[in-house]
Amino acid sequence: MEQQKNTASLGMWLFLVTEIMFFGGLFCAYLIYRLMHFNAFAAGSQSLDIRWGAFNTAVLLVSSLTVVLAVRAAQDGSRKQLVAYLVITILLGLTFLGVKAIEYKEKFEKHHVPGPTFSFTEKFDDNGKQIPVASNEAELFFSLYFAMTGMHALHMIIGCGLFTVLTVLAWKGHYSPGYYTPIENAGLYWHLVDIIWIYLFPLLYLISRHS
Amino acid sequence: MSEHEHSSSRAFYVALGIGLLVLTAVTVKAAFINLGPWNPVVALLIATVKATLVVLFFMHVKGASEKLTGVVVVAGFFFLAILLSLSMADYLTRSWR
Repeated sequence: MEQQKNTASLGMWLFLVTEIMFFGGLFCAYLIYRLMHFNAFAAGSQSLDIRWGAFNTAVLLVSSLTVVLAVRAAQDGSRKQLVAYLVITILLGLTFLGVKAIEYKEKFEKHHVPGPTFSFTEKFDDNGKQIPVASNEAELFFSLYFAMTGMHALHMIIGCGLFTVLTVLAWKGHYSPGYYTPIENAGLYWHLVDIIWIYLFPLLYLISRHS
Repeated sequence: MSEHEHSSSRAFYVALGIGLLVLTAVTVKAAFINLGPWNPVVALLIATVKATLVVLFFMHVKGASEKLTGVVVVAGFFFLAILLSLSMADYLTRSWR
């Protein structure tokens, strides 16, 4: 049994490594373009609302905590606690997606969505000095913003779907202290999605506030 | 072998969760202090500390009975480091041409 469980987590980790490389490519593209068009990227970053970003970071961290407590409940064979923690996790995941929707709506209203109607008139605030930036360079920032946060949000939606299925199965009593591999593996996936946001938050929202 | 062997107590997980939230508050606070070129460094260092805590404790890599899992995790991040460092070694030195 122990060996089966180890094999299952090892396989899950191999999948997660491919996810790390997938998002790693996006991170790499972001870093390179930020280097090439620094002022526009800083201005784009400054136009994001840091409060929503910080709130969502907190929501995801708490959801990671509830996931690990769900795994713990499964190990203890406590079905009610397992279901409760899974439901809280799904609700936190939906809260994250709701906030993301509010942020995306704001981008549409400000015409910050890349495309024919894109316009960006904000300036880069370099410690009080207002530097105008090229609109097409800012468009590049928002293309990467939507690619990265969009791909992350898609992973969140898949995660919420996974946990919905697991909640139903847990409610029916499919899991026991001897068998909870799906909870453990879905948890690993959720934590990785959390880690990706842990890096997205400073890269997109924080590092260009003051520099 | 005990089922609970590689799992910590609830109180430990909650404490770790609170620690991660505190680090988030610290990184937001630090973003509004002008540290010049060190702002991104500080932000990414704090992010790395948070990610490491999640990997080691929430994802049960520390204390896992299967050592191969740790090797796979380290190898995964190592290849990411190769991707980022070689790309940056190229782009950061282009002004010398």
